[in-house]
Amino acid sequence: MKKLLLLALFSSAAFAADAPVLIQNATILTITKGEIKGSILLQNGKIAQIGEKVLAPAGATVIDGAGKYVMPGIIDCHSHIMAEAINEGSVSVSSMVGIEDVLNPEDIAIYRALAGGVTTANILHGSANSIGGKTIVMKMRWGKNADEMKFEGAMPGIKFALGENPKRSNGGGGRAGATPARYPATRMGVEDVIREAFNDAKAYQATWADYNAKAAKGEVAIPPARDLKLESLVEVLEGKRLVHAHCYRQDEILMLLHVADDYGFHIQTLQHVLEGYKVAQEIAQRGTGASTFADWYAYKMEANDAIPYNAAILVRKGVLTSLNSDDAELMRHLDKEAAKAMHYGGLTPTEALSLVTINPAKQLKIDNRVGSLEVGKDADVLLYDGDPLSNFSKVLKVWIDGHEYFDRDQDVEGRPKKESEKKALITKAAAEQRANGGGRGAAPTTGAPNK
Amino acid sequence: MKTLLFLLPVALFAAPPADDNAFLLKGATVHTMAGAPIENGSVLVRNGKIIGVGKNLAAPKDVRVIDAKGMHVYPGMIDSGTEVGLVEINSVNATIDTTEIGKFNPELVALTAVNPESEHIPITRVNGITTVATMPEGQLIAGQVSLMHLAGWTTDEMGVKPRAGLHIIFPSIQAGGRGGFVPDADPGAGAGGRAGYAQQKQALDKEIAELSDFFETARRYKQAKDAKAPLLKPDLKLEAMIPVLEGKEPILVTARREREIRDAITWADKQKVKIILIDAVDAAKVAKEIKAHDIPVILGPTLELPRGADDPYDDSFTAPAELQKAGIRFSFATLTGGANLASRNLPYQAAQAVAFGLPEEAAMMAVTKNAAEIWGVGDQIGTVEEGKWADLLVTDGNPLETKTQIKQLFIKGKPVDMDNKQKELYEKYLNRPADSGK
Repeated sequence: MKKLLLLALFSSAAFAADAPVLIQNATILTITKGEIKGSILLQNGKIAQIGEKVLAPAGATVIDGAGKYVMPGIIDCHSHIMAEAINEGSVSVSSMVGIEDVLNPEDIAIYRALAGGVTTANILHGSANSIGGKTIVMKMRWGKNADEMKFEGAMPGIKFALGENPKRSNGGGGRAGATPARYPATRMGVEDVIREAFNDAKAYQATWADYNAKAAKGEVAIPPARDLKLESLVEVLEGKRLVHAHCYRQDEILMLLHVADDYGFHIQTLQHVLEGYKVAQEIAQRGTGASTFADWYAYKMEANDAIPYNAAILVRKGVLTSLNSDDAELMRHLDKEAAKAMHYGGLTPTEALSLVTINPAKQLKIDNRVGSLEVGKDADVLLYDGDPLSNFSKVLKVWIDGHEYFDRDQDVEGRPKKESEKKALITKAAAEQRANGGGRGAAPTTGAPNK
Repeated sequence: MKTLLFLLPVALFAAPPADDNAFLLKGATVHTMAGAPIENGSVLVRNGKIIGVGKNLAAPKDVRVIDAKGMHVYPGMIDSGTEVGLVEINSVNATIDTTEIGKFNPELVALTAVNPESEHIPITRVNGITTVATMPEGQLIAGQVSLMHLAGWTTDEMGVKPRAGLHIIFPSIQAGGRGGFVPDADPGAGAGGRAGYAQQKQALDKEIAELSDFFETARRYKQAKDAKAPLLKPDLKLEAMIPVLEGKEPILVTARREREIRDAITWADKQKVKIILIDAVDAAKVAKEIKAHDIPVILGPTLELPRGADDPYDDSFTAPAELQKAGIRFSFATLTGGANLASRNLPYQAAQAVAFGLPEEAAMMAVTKNAAEIWGVGDQIGTVEEGKWADLLVTDGNPLETKTQIKQLFIKGKPVDMDNKQKELYEKYLNRPADSGK
């Protein structure tokens, strides 16, 4: 017990002991407050100062940023990395399950995302259900455990899904190993499933309200049985849980907006929303956000009208818009994906970078902490060797809470040592296998995305 | 056919009678990819071909002048491996024509199944890709790759080289799972339900032997044919092998990892055939042998995850620079399929390598001149030089950069429609009135 306590003390001490970092002479893309040629100071986990001239505090690590660029950490509003399971696909409503229970902090995809500048990601349940599982916002604190990676104070969310994915999950026509037939099989059925679930949730909410009222008055009352499935939906009704809804076609987008209007809840973000450009004004009217792909299209029927101008139209029509990855590879170059919104539809550089920084921060309601370079915000900061929107630039360093989690030079320099360690381990494992008469080469896996 | 002719003030159209099949692009920085860029240069085009490139070209009387002042001119880019034209929607089987049944299909030709009206053609070319190698997929001998222009009324008009290479997917040993490995000593089952090394090696040797047998059969067929053997029944599969055996058509070998690449080189040596490696992500690890055999390499997507959990995060980003340093000829293929139809991202795949050490010029060469030479059409496309097809891009910057806009394309000297379905939907819905329901 003592040992544990000591360890805990040490680790928090180590955290607090990050030396201040001062980056000088850099081009600083604040996103919200323009571009500054000057310095930025990271201290005690926060952005302490930004200005043309900033004095280095005692013990600060000073980095010459001449010719280099600094921008806020990238925020991915849709990812499945770390998740050891994606879909609880056996039921149409799986709001009782949560992705936070299955997160692997050793997923190498975290490190790769960091190397591409991602500092925060919204980790979602899959899209097999009309109402899916609970979601969670994580910081890419590589090397920490899953609890320590949680974005403290970020609101929890829940995944909804419309269209082909919840539809096509309705069984495999008697194929061996296929999922059992399941309602819904049409977009009509998807709407019904969501309405039925919220009917139930409202009744459940009323039962508890009734009980609480009686209990408050001191009357004898029997508490209702807890229903974990409906509890998360009541949280949605009460605005305590954000809805992130996977969708493609304009008909299903409107459908969901109407359902939310009728039941009095808010759709925080529409995810993928590849036909969002067709109903941008309906989305904007409700203050709903859109989180889309830069240019994916035609990988399935409902993505056939996807256009790479989607983000630009949504932005022009007043929708809070972000670009997400839904994919461990795409996640590594969301900066370059942002540049596509300049190529297609002519967003400005700041508008483009906002799609992967301040806008997703607002969508996840964490913009008081991250998403731009402002004094007092978390020191989640990227250093590039050139303009982040240029395809010829790359990430050099990444800090989260002022702690350096990625350094390209160190990564490259450390490779020969890692390579020799790996060789030694393989030799050892092979020898052990021979001694034991065979064995299995187990391998880490990454959760498959579910677009 | 909107936005046909773009940046030219009307007055610059020379007085009639103008030759509809000729023009002079004037005043641009011409990146010929066959020498230093020509500032304030001109390109003269007639009947689809480039007939002049230089600093002070005068327009013949009947040639209209297109003012491209301040613009950049590049040769059209070449995607050295894609499924454009063979797939419309990944998840709709009826729209897919990439993969035939059977292990030995050398007689199949990709161009046969290309849909010239595919939406992906106009969507891809507006990013500067004027030619693609579209590939049949399969198990062992998949069929013949077709090099085609991304414009034309029919497949006949599109074809640059319909039989550009025989696609062989070289047999491989699958690792035990994503990021896993199969220890050479492992006699039992691998992870993820896959067979262990010993079993896989047995299957691999058997497949390589089958492949060699097929080549041997083809050789004997050719001998019989050369000797005019009586009653020799024409065999379409073996017939298709003859240009390959004669060295007139290269073999395009998909070999990704180090072991497959080494196996493929050894096999080709034994067979005495010329190969091009494709999707050879580990090529740099076999650089010495590849260089010694002068084998060209077509790299798969640069924007790809490392194969193993412990491979460097940037291994696919740095592979092109490593090949460049080793003096190996290479080009890029987007190898689309899967989730994203991304042949249009070819320039950005190449650019990613620039961020990780490949010189800018080398990246552009890889998607133009090198690609053309690897495909054996260096005399037709790949540079802005006299005698070549006028496949030209007019841009406001380096086309490898996403933020660059491509103002106009020419394929075989014809201005290409810069519109496509996506742009039409963009314009339509951008202009949807706020009160459209009223």
